[in-house]
Amino acid sequence: MAVTNDLIQQKLTAKFGEGFFHFEESYGMLTIEAPKEQNLKVLQFLYEEEELAFRFLTDLCAVNYPDLPGRELAVVYHLHNLADNLRIRFKVFTGIENPDIFTASKLFSSANWMERETYDFFGVNFVGHPNLKRILNVDEMDYFPMRKEFPLEDQTRRDKDDEMFGRG
Amino acid sequence: MTENHHHHVKLPEGSIEKQTTTLNVGPTHPATHGVFQNIMELDGERIVSTESTVGYIHRAFEKIAERRPLYQITPLTDRLNYCSSPINNMGWHLTCEKLLGVETPKRVDYLRIIIMELARISDHLICNSIVGVDTGAYTGFLYVMQYRELIYEIYEEVCGSRLTTNIGRIGGFERNFSNTAFTKLEKFLKEYPSVLKEFENLFTRNRIFMERTIGTGAISAERALNYGFTGPNLRATGVDYDVRVHSPYSSYEDFDFTIPVGSTGDNYDRFLVRNEEMWQSLGIIQQAYRKIQEFKGAEAEVFHANVPEYYLPEKKDVYTKMEALIWHFKIIMGEVDMPKGEVYKSVEGGNGELGFYLISDGGRAPFRLHFRRPCFIYYQAYPELVTGGMLSDAIVTMSSLNLIAGEMDA
Repeated sequence: MAVTNDLIQQKLTAKFGEGFFHFEESYGMLTIEAPKEQNLKVLQFLYEEEELAFRFLTDLCAVNYPDLPGRELAVVYHLHNLADNLRIRFKVFTGIENPDIFTASKLFSSANWMERETYDFFGVNFVGHPNLKRILNVDEMDYFPMRKEFPLEDQTRRDKDDEMFGRG
Repeated sequence: MTENHHHHVKLPEGSIEKQTTTLNVGPTHPATHGVFQNIMELDGERIVSTESTVGYIHRAFEKIAERRPLYQITPLTDRLNYCSSPINNMGWHLTCEKLLGVETPKRVDYLRIIIMELARISDHLICNSIVGVDTGAYTGFLYVMQYRELIYEIYEEVCGSRLTTNIGRIGGFERNFSNTAFTKLEKFLKEYPSVLKEFENLFTRNRIFMERTIGTGAISAERALNYGFTGPNLRATGVDYDVRVHSPYSSYEDFDFTIPVGSTGDNYDRFLVRNEEMWQSLGIIQQAYRKIQEFKGAEAEVFHANVPEYYLPEKKDVYTKMEALIWHFKIIMGEVDMPKGEVYKSVEGGNGELGFYLISDGGRAPFRLHFRRPCFIYYQAYPELVTGGMLSDAIVTMSSLNLIAGEMDA
């Protein structure tokens, strides 16, 4: 039986219990949210369960939601079951004060650099990662630039004189 | 300590006793074809270990995109895999169209396919001929350049630029293809097969080339999948995953083509897969061109969808009509808000699955935009591919993986 969004919800609920997940469907893609402490268990279940077989990690990244207290950072995994050709999105949220998330790099070798990138830009601390250091930014950088607290350009700067573009 | 010692270079602890040599390949080195650094530990010419460093040309595209309306993001995508910018542009437009719910007419889809497949050919052409250069055969590289030039001339006819193309709009193209564009396309379709044949004759059964590439830089299908390989690199291991077939976009389902696969996942199979893909792309372009010629009457002139909220009006209308001028202004200044939502859209790029994860909170610019950059993901496997092999093979492996620094560093 080919895997479907309904089947995934059934299987996950049967394994982890009612109310553990939050399911949502956006543009046809099932989005699953789970508590962050269980991210590895869920990923492993999705990977190993014969009927689900989400064994390809397409993408891993983070999103910063400054307006959600206690849920400021989301780590988003895009998984793909290549045999049945179904994609899903898996999310875990964490507070920005204690952004610890278990690493998926043991399950997927591809997660290694993607987690380093996510750490580099958002400061998500991937617990158990073999080499969690900056990858695209300089090592000396002491902040996480993709967080929303860093606006692209200082709006109050005075060294530019271009009134036509609203900086006047 | 005598006076003399002060004039000598101070070596790190243990340097004299060490049995291996540390070699710094890159970040700027003729053999890396891009800005990558590899710190290799060598035992003679054999690689004991290697550590890759990337990020030298990071330009913060994802951050910049959070302040830009959709159209101003297209030029950023040009600069990812700049060997096939049109595919990136189209991928981005398709992502926007998915979020906005824009349906494109068939003729637009076919025109896009022509451009995307031309881009794929030029991308593979560069990669394969560079593999030739790195194994000591410059001829192929110089020979095929004039056909990449012809492809660039076709881009130029359509959008006005060649390398960083910024081609197309949300909903279609900025203008209809001119007759010159089609004439050049016909010339390409007529002449390129014999050139590609000759290119293959130079390499495919060439003894030296085979000795250099067979069995080097190999990876198994299982490891390749675990490392997130996509594109020709994955197909060379025997996995027939192709976004064009698995998640068809731009009406790829209307076309008849096969996905070539290899078996060993080594440099030679990667080379063969890319060559065969060029033949397949040629077939797709021919089919698309035929389909385009079948459109009659008004349909034969369609080059964009009817979406005035997102499609920039023609310049001559902007100068003469009030309505067009208003839309032009609104679109350029990003005054048209996007719907709320989250989409992931991917296309088959030159070197793998190029994905766009776009989150919109209903504003003028994306709340978050993430690029799934194929070569950033599969380059992690490089140490595993080259450790235990010779340094000279590692150079060939690097070029046969089709690593593009612009894409890797975003």
